Amino acid sequence: MTAGTTQAARPDAGAQPDAVRCEELSYSFGTHTAVDHVSLEIRPGEMYGLLGPNGAGKTTTIRMLTTLLKPAAGTVSVFGVDAVAHPMRVRRMIGYVPQLLSADANLTGQENVELFARLFDVPRRDRAELVAATLGAMGLTEAASRLAGTYSGGMIRRLELAQALVNAPRLLVLDEPTVGLDPIARGDVWEYITRLRQEHQMTVLMTTHYMDEADAYCDRVSLMHHGVIRTTGRPAELRASLGDGATLDDVFRHYTGGTLDNAPEEGGIRDVRRARRTARRLG
Amino acid sequence: MTYVAPGAPPVASAEPPVTDNPLAGLRRLASRIITLCWVELRKVRHDRTELYTRAIQPALWLLIYGETFTHIHAIPTPRGIPYLAYLAPGILAQSALFIAVFYGIQIIWERDAGVLTKLMVTPTPRSALITGKAFAAGVRSLVQGIVVVIIAAILGVALTDNPLKLIGAAIIVVLGSAFFSCLSMSIAGIALARDRLMGIAQAITMPLFFSSSALYPIKVMPGWLQVISRINPLSYEVEALRGLLIGTPADMPLDIVVLVVWTLASIIAASLLLSRLANR
Repeated sequence: MTAGTTQAARPDAGAQPDAVRCEELSYSFGTHTAVDHVSLEIRPGEMYGLLGPNGAGKTTTIRMLTTLLKPAAGTVSVFGVDAVAHPMRVRRMIGYVPQLLSADANLTGQENVELFARLFDVPRRDRAELVAATLGAMGLTEAASRLAGTYSGGMIRRLELAQALVNAPRLLVLDEPTVGLDPIARGDVWEYITRLRQEHQMTVLMTTHYMDEADAYCDRVSLMHHGVIRTTGRPAELRASLGDGATLDDVFRHYTGGTLDNAPEEGGIRDVRRARRTARRLG
Repeated sequence: MTYVAPGAPPVASAEPPVTDNPLAGLRRLASRIITLCWVELRKVRHDRTELYTRAIQPALWLLIYGETFTHIHAIPTPRGIPYLAYLAPGILAQSALFIAVFYGIQIIWERDAGVLTKLMVTPTPRSALITGKAFAAGVRSLVQGIVVVIIAAILGVALTDNPLKLIGAAIIVVLGSAFFSCLSMSIAGIALARDRLMGIAQAITMPLFFSSSALYPIKVMPGWLQVISRINPLSYEVEALRGLLIGTPADMPLDIVVLVVWTLASIIAASLLLSRLANR
């Protein structure tokens, strides 16, 4: 057995290892601890939400599990493969949509997706067909030959989903998938994500600070604050534990003593700048 | 038919074999470089205005500076070669330098836009991303180089018509651009911010240009500048281009070795600094 597949040996793991497994994961930027001994397990097929305000450590956690950052301490594995020891194998299993709008505005929609098909070694004979099918699944067939720079915000998000999906990933990682989108575009993006899950039983990990979206779409959520996971559970159970009529916002307040609305100082100017930049690109 | 529905979880056995052997690694590197060059060429195709606007500067150097200095015979050229012919390879190298040295800004822009982060979560080695960019800079410079050669031809400069020498010159231009783009991307990994890099790039471009043999032979420089010129990779690029295009004496093996070594070193430096850049 290789070091990368030790998770499968856990007696309670059954035949299939966890889609994501973090143990005591930590990371610091200088003296600021962004992620503080985070442990979580995401089961295959689950839609899992990592919730918290800007600066809670959500994106840093995602960066470690997508192999962008090496954990300072702790381990992270994806389907039993250690992300530090085997980054290339982990990347092959992941479709990643970063927080920023990341489609290349100087390429057409079709070229944006073809680029990722090539980077994931989709064989040449299947490429054109797969790119067309993926664009079609995201409702972008009509716009495929236009430059992505002419797309609306919602279309760009769908294009990014298409880029992430062309590899048929086992784990889809969405970092703030609807930030900066208007309500109609948000609903639109969720409709596509929900349909993908129903059709392909993909595991989805998403971060958000919209509690209503997490409540509506996630099987389980973890509430994160100051780099620490405060609680984990099904949204309905978390709400019920606080009594009738409680919202996920109330749950968050209960566990953190803070609200999502006043972003804490460690959200920092960089987060705000990024959010603004994203908002600007959305027009 | 091997079509996999988008998003369908692949069957375990259908996953690409995990290959860590060097041959597969090399093949992947080559495939990634081709892909990233393909992307760059698509971008050039979508926006040709850049090609036209970039042609203005070398045209001015050849037309105004070149014509004037040809008439005043201020700069000694070997074996009575007209100054304009002597200058043309220098301007070719210069326009490639000017394209390449701003690649660091492009990669910071891609970082800011989230494009780089997403590329780094694909199974692509960091060095392949950098090498792909470096070759892409070379490809853009080549397109630019063709424009310079055409302008030179219109001005009556007889460059070589030997296809092998032209191909050799193309390789030298790609190597030079690869080095300067990696230098720029390495600085990007240190400077981290676009405006800071912009300042640094502008601060190094002109010294690199004027301390090279692009405009005048090294032997007319003051002693201290000659020393700098012999360290400056641009001098080696210019010497090789002159040797190939107008037949001036050149130590071709030395020029190529210097360019290859500098290019490899800068690819390694830029690759190592890429994570630092991406995580800011």
